[in-house]
Amino acid sequence: MEKKIPLTIDGRAVQGRAGQTILEVARHSGIFIPTLCYMDRTTKVGACRVCVVEVEGARTLVASCCMPISPGMVVRTDTPKVQAAQRMVVELLWSSGDHNCLTCERNGSCELQDLVYRFQIEKPRFEITPPGHAKDLSNSMIQRDLNKCVLCGRCIRACNEIQVNEVLDFTRRGSRAKVGPAFETDYIDSDCFFCGECADACPVGAITLRPARFGGRPWETKKVRTTCTYCGVGCQMELNVHEDRIVSVTGNSAFGEPNLGSLCAKGRFGMDFVHHPDRLKKPLIRREKGGDLEEASWEEALDLVASRFKEIREKSGPDALAGLSSARCTNEENYLFQKFMRAGIGTNNVDHCARL
Amino acid sequence: MAGLAAAFGSGAMTNSIAELEYTDCILATGTNTTENHPVIGAVVKRAVRQHNTKLVVIDPREITLTKYADIWLRQKPGTDVAVLNGLMNVILAENLSDKAFVEGRTENFEAFRQVVEKYTPEFVEKISGVPAEDLKRAARMYARAKRASILYSMGITQHTTGTDNVKSVANLSMLCGNVGIEGGGVNPLRGQNNVQGACDMGALPNVFPAYQQVAAPEVRAFFEKAWGVQTLPGKPGLTIMEIMNAAHHGDIKGLYIMGENPMISDPDLSHAEESLKKLDFLVVQDIFLTETARLADVVLPSASFAEKEGTFTNTERRVQRVRKAVGSPGEALPDWEIIARIATRMGYPMAYGNAREIWEEIRKVTPSYAGISYKRIEREGLQWPCPNTEHPGTRFLHKERFTRGRGLFSAIEYLPPAELPDEAYPMILSTGRVLYHYHTGTMTRVSKGLSERYSESLVEINPEDASRLGIDDGRTVRLTSRRGSVRAKAKVTGRSPVGTVFMNFHFREAAVNLLTNPALDPIGKIPEYKVCAVRVEAA
Repeated sequence: MEKKIPLTIDGRAVQGRAGQTILEVARHSGIFIPTLCYMDRTTKVGACRVCVVEVEGARTLVASCCMPISPGMVVRTDTPKVQAAQRMVVELLWSSGDHNCLTCERNGSCELQDLVYRFQIEKPRFEITPPGHAKDLSNSMIQRDLNKCVLCGRCIRACNEIQVNEVLDFTRRGSRAKVGPAFETDYIDSDCFFCGECADACPVGAITLRPARFGGRPWETKKVRTTCTYCGVGCQMELNVHEDRIVSVTGNSAFGEPNLGSLCAKGRFGMDFVHHPDRLKKPLIRREKGGDLEEASWEEALDLVASRFKEIREKSGPDALAGLSSARCTNEENYLFQKFMRAGIGTNNVDHCARL
Repeated sequence: MAGLAAAFGSGAMTNSIAELEYTDCILATGTNTTENHPVIGAVVKRAVRQHNTKLVVIDPREITLTKYADIWLRQKPGTDVAVLNGLMNVILAENLSDKAFVEGRTENFEAFRQVVEKYTPEFVEKISGVPAEDLKRAARMYARAKRASILYSMGITQHTTGTDNVKSVANLSMLCGNVGIEGGGVNPLRGQNNVQGACDMGALPNVFPAYQQVAAPEVRAFFEKAWGVQTLPGKPGLTIMEIMNAAHHGDIKGLYIMGENPMISDPDLSHAEESLKKLDFLVVQDIFLTETARLADVVLPSASFAEKEGTFTNTERRVQRVRKAVGSPGEALPDWEIIARIATRMGYPMAYGNAREIWEEIRKVTPSYAGISYKRIEREGLQWPCPNTEHPGTRFLHKERFTRGRGLFSAIEYLPPAELPDEAYPMILSTGRVLYHYHTGTMTRVSKGLSERYSESLVEINPEDASRLGIDDGRTVRLTSRRGSVRAKAKVTGRSPVGTVFMNFHFREAAVNLLTNPALDPIGKIPEYKVCAVRVEAA
């Protein structure tokens, strides 16, 4: 049995494992501590200081996301001193960027906005001085507006530690610091693989999914969990639907295996086909050999299929018919297809493209 | 699949994706994982960067994974059996095998050992070009790991020796006792979302759902009763390539194609087109008017994955839900509904109200799926075998016992590819996918973003070959094989080895399958997409 470490948070006796941080134990015990730069499964960097708490005996406030617990530790998460410090951090973050919720795609799903609201900040005490970075509109997949960046580094850790694409990092120093690919290039000219993990990781509107721009507010979109239609990994994804259209695709680490919230360029940005104008909308039939394909009713098309299949079977036997099922279709459809070929037509001539 | 089924009794990925992150060694061969299964690629990269997993990559191309590899063996295309036998030769010579496992869990070891004896590192170097010392180092790295996992994909299977390649991979895993343990196994990565499911459901000419043989009378009797028919055919049917050939000969007269585009994906497209044109009647059911649909007599519009309910089974045997998010355009219908309507019209009534009703029937006739209900997989998928509703699913197969009983070693000799370079066609062409596109391009090429990143087909050619042929980066080149000719722009890159060009098959205007060799693996019936002979010239 692993030894439990006892400590006190906000007067409550709680327990944790060796190596756990104050934040982890607090969350596990249902005690809320605000965070911004913290991201599960990545290095704890303590960059934003939003999660500071008071620890008895400590010289200063400590970042709860980085501080390991120790036996007998006494932690307070809600003292006036803690709240004043957290509030100050949020005010500074607000004032350092162009956080204009009116036009921001993350309005309603922004962690900075949530913190401002939580701390009831009407306006920062400091002058608002956005850094004046040019927007990266170089591609139609990922949009970057670093004037909204809070330098939490979550995108960098998502890129390096989760996807391990090793494209993003901090460049420059101090107030001129920014995140991005090497040599400050736009994404399209970098080695970026467009997995979009950085956009999912971003807590604010600095890195967003371009297809979603003006495609519906968070509270207007319906999230439908499904399985990706591309390769065999079977990533779990959220289709964000507004007015019967998929406006964007997001990952969700809460969905667990197999992908723990990660996606790739195809799953993330390859859904345009669903609403493409060239989608087939009506059955087509060739009414005479050598003629064109013409629109038909389902009745006419299905009658033709059934009668021609029957005709071939009567004349040449069931093995003169064959069917190619599809690794793109569902289990239910594959099952039904082979059942139809075997029981309905009477042949085992059924295969699919696994070999190609 | 046939190779793995022969060795272990099941052709499925033995272990789970999540196990890769914490295993001790990964041997990746014939899989460009970061482009074809990017999220699994990320797991492999995390294992290497964060968990000290050793990585051995065996691949003729300098794929991204080589950047993360401890050892990269760059073999000549199509020499996989020699390399794998070479690894096993070293393991046996240096006494690194798991003797207890070999003795206790496998059979036919002696015949296998005799063949492998010949494949000394020096002999293998002559065949494959892999330096003998590198081969030894890789063998030691794999064999000394406590748990080691093998990943492979189409780079192993799309050869005339594909089944041999797979059997060799299985040999290697068994030799080091890596089957039936967490973090080990032989893991074929499936290229399409539901290849595993389509196979499990019996969309194969020789088996019913759950690989129950059509040739077995007692199995047929079971399905005759379940499906309410007098008799079911007992003779295994034709495979996809055999169907196309039979159509060419006039033996197949009517063909029903659901959601496939052989006019881009089949080898030797001219032959495929002739075959389809010879049919008396062709029905294509798809979401777009594909190249194949254009040849059809009837085209039926179907719903996309975002417009219907159902399940997919991923590469690690995990059954997961597919959910309807949006309505279908026009009169398009889910594929299952179209099939049911045709069947009913042909006098075989299929009255299903929804996908769940079909699923419930599947559970009754598919023992490995019996315990998987929609309700149980509402939040997280379950991995088959899952024989009853209390069963938690199976993370890895062959624990304590192989599906077939004992693991079967196969004695495999190296055979060269069917078509090798000669004077007229002096280079090797290898084909595959790129990150930003998918299969025949029907879905990805209409994506604005993906097309910005990769807008046209490129021929990857080594700088040495390029300069010899006077080809600059971006120059249009013509590739010619015995079967056809295509033009595309050159990408001069060291990713391609000297003497080999690589091209993807996503672009219909540069359809590389006009060139590929339809020579099939005799057992798996998979065409040799990874090696054919071509001539490359500036166009």
